[in-house]
Amino acid sequence: MSVDMSQFYQTFFEESFEGLDIMESGLLGLDVGAADAETINTVFRAAHSIKGGSATFGFTVVAEFTHLMETLLDEMRDGVRMVTEESVDYLLKSVDCLREMLTAVQNESELNETFVNEVKAGLERLLHGEDAQNDQSNESAEESEVAGSIEGWQIEFKPSDYLLKTGNDPVRILSELALLGSIETECSTENLPLFSDFDPETIYLSWNIKLDGDIPKEKVSEVFAWVEDDADITLTCIGGSAEQAEETTPEEVAEVDVEEPAKADEKVEAEVDSVPTTSAEPNKAEAQNTSPDKKDSPAPAKKVAPKKPAKDQGSIRVSIDKVDDLINMVGELVITQSMLGQMGETIDSASIEKLQDGLAQLERNTRELQESVMRIRMLPISFAFQRFPRMVRDLSHQLGKEIDLVLLGEQTELDKTVMEKIGDPLVHLVRNSVDHGIESPDEREANGKPRNGTVELNAFHQGGNIVIEITDDGKGIDKEVIFSKAVEKGIVNENDSLTDEQIYDLIFSPGFSTAAVVSDVSGRGVGMDVVKRNIRELGGNIEVKSEKGMGSTITIRLPLTLAILDGQLVRVGKDTYIIPLISIIESLQVNKDQISSIGGQAELYKLRDDYVPVIRLYETFGLVPDSTELSDGLIVIVEGDGSQSGLFVDDLLGQQQVVIKSLDTNFRPVEGISGATILGDGTVALILDIAGLINLSRQAREHAA
Amino acid sequence: MSETAATQTTDLELGMDIDAEADQYLTFIMADEEYGVDILRVQEIRGWEHVTPVPNTPKYIKGVINLRGTIVPLVDLRERFGVETIEYGPTTVVIVLKVISEDAERIMGIVIDAVADVYNIDEEKIKPAPDFGSVVSIEYVRGLASINEKMLIVLDIDKLLGSDQLTGISK
Repeated sequence: MSVDMSQFYQTFFEESFEGLDIMESGLLGLDVGAADAETINTVFRAAHSIKGGSATFGFTVVAEFTHLMETLLDEMRDGVRMVTEESVDYLLKSVDCLREMLTAVQNESELNETFVNEVKAGLERLLHGEDAQNDQSNESAEESEVAGSIEGWQIEFKPSDYLLKTGNDPVRILSELALLGSIETECSTENLPLFSDFDPETIYLSWNIKLDGDIPKEKVSEVFAWVEDDADITLTCIGGSAEQAEETTPEEVAEVDVEEPAKADEKVEAEVDSVPTTSAEPNKAEAQNTSPDKKDSPAPAKKVAPKKPAKDQGSIRVSIDKVDDLINMVGELVITQSMLGQMGETIDSASIEKLQDGLAQLERNTRELQESVMRIRMLPISFAFQRFPRMVRDLSHQLGKEIDLVLLGEQTELDKTVMEKIGDPLVHLVRNSVDHGIESPDEREANGKPRNGTVELNAFHQGGNIVIEITDDGKGIDKEVIFSKAVEKGIVNENDSLTDEQIYDLIFSPGFSTAAVVSDVSGRGVGMDVVKRNIRELGGNIEVKSEKGMGSTITIRLPLTLAILDGQLVRVGKDTYIIPLISIIESLQVNKDQISSIGGQAELYKLRDDYVPVIRLYETFGLVPDSTELSDGLIVIVEGDGSQSGLFVDDLLGQQQVVIKSLDTNFRPVEGISGATILGDGTVALILDIAGLINLSRQAREHAA
Repeated sequence: MSETAATQTTDLELGMDIDAEADQYLTFIMADEEYGVDILRVQEIRGWEHVTPVPNTPKYIKGVINLRGTIVPLVDLRERFGVETIEYGPTTVVIVLKVISEDAERIMGIVIDAVADVYNIDEEKIKPAPDFGSVVSIEYVRGLASINEKMLIVLDIDKLLGSDQLTGISK
């Protein structure tokens, strides 16, 4: 019976990477010296599942490596080992290493073996280093294992009474064992209750099994891999070499009798004692450590098991494609609804009221359905935040700073796609705060601030947007430095007078960095412009506030989802366009006196104290408008890319939520257009990309000039 | 291929004159010439209807339509090839095609004068086209075939509709 394991690889990798994240956050939460047992357990469990999974799928390297970590964690859990800064560091490094190994396996790429070996050696040193005094027992245990070949195994298998409920069946395990070699089993029925008390779903039996043949221990333990936490399993080697077992001659063993288990137990006990000190050779440790794991883990594992569901996200794995299909379907439902809605307005008969009632209900239903489907894609932002504790910890070590990271609003949800795209920009920003923002502890003290700097990440919903704030209490942004740097780089003119916002905005210019020394961390001047571009691509914006000496706050505003937007329908000639509501500041009728034109080219509209350039949409898009007279139409003041413009359109139609359809699925991206949608009458309307549009009209003007 | 074989058996039973090597082509008329496209690429044939023009695109891109929830661009073949345009009339038809390019499959429509027929043509009967001065640039022609003494121009729609201008694929 062979199952194609590769079909489960994807799930294994996903789970393993999740497990790594859990381990990482658990390790970061460990207090050196006073480790919380529950946290260690969480980390241990994650390591354990990765080990189990990788062994199942035959990724032995990963399994062996995880095993080392697991052993270390196990000792911490049992209180045998203190949680030291050093061990946590090594475990964190191992997490990195494991992540690299898994990525390598996943991509079938070359593994950086030096790194792996280095970490592995470190782990082993940690594991075995301090136990020199136990070397003797260690050696004897080693000898007993090494010498001679194995003739067979004596296995004591005591399943816990709930084993059947975990979906495992002892019969299958026994028959699996039988495939390895000839077996003799003896079933202990002493726990069997009276028939009247018999519960068919409970196991009352236990087994003594003798397995003949030169079978490596891993093979035998593999059979029990799925049940090791739910059963007491003891493996005893029967071999001419096993000094401790010499009373049990092969002949005797062959006729397994009831006394045998007792002896076996003793031997196992002896082996267990020697385990923490086992040899420095990894494979040796591998082979021997399996049994203490099994013996030790059931109790604590059972203890914590009931807590697990509470921590569990209760998440399901849904392929994005399926969700997208659902979203499309619901989108169409919305379209149908608005189609019917339009129809309902024109029908005149007695039934109109009923029709309208039904339509109202349909509208409510569709909206609810849509919202719940959209929610499938929503994930708490903690997915994006969880990498920061580690990053800040490492960076502050590296830079010799003392930094507290505060995470707020981790449960704020946003769309998975948005989340994936916001991750890297956030990393840049947090790095910048840590590197440029927070001063060194001494400097802070000199300025009368606490030695510990604080970086705060806060996420919350506001309107239809998610707002992410990155605040630090560092030295803030020095406007003069930025300005002179910008002059030096030729980004602005020395005589330009800029507002504070404009100055702060300069840090997002390409190639701009004020760091005197380019560090490993930041200062290369790539990054901030990319950050801004990424955020703009998501239809969001970024804003910097800072006070010299007090710190800075960077605010990112993003749409909750990329699938739907609130749009304002506008008309130019015969065509309908949609302006995302988020970019509209106001719409107004033109007062001719407030228009001034410069050089007959650009027109400016005086909006209170500011002048905003007017973009005639019909000109930019080459359309035929109702009128070219500004006072005949309306101006919609929009903001995109940090600058405002007035869009001249013929008319405003209505506001409506629109389902965004991609234009480049079957076509190509068009400048000034971010996508398309389908209106109630089934026709297509294009959605304006305000930043692109402003850019387009600027180019056109330059071209003309 | 098994599907084709099955159809062929049925057709043979019906006594139709069909060659085992033949592929089916949908043909259409444009500027008095007959063109063919692989019928397996045809998604549907629909009448001309209102399109939403897309600004700042070449004139031959008439705009986009809503094909059951998907945005599909329409290309006017006459304008694409620089043939004199005619008023769209009742026979003006849109053929919706699946275009396979390096990076993706796209659904696109072509606006043509009228649909003509469906033919079975032997693969080997499609001859490479000489530069015969047709309105269609030779690079978009897969070959020529003759049907009842008439010349049929078999188009390579992947080249024709997969060009940079239409899909924005890297220059």
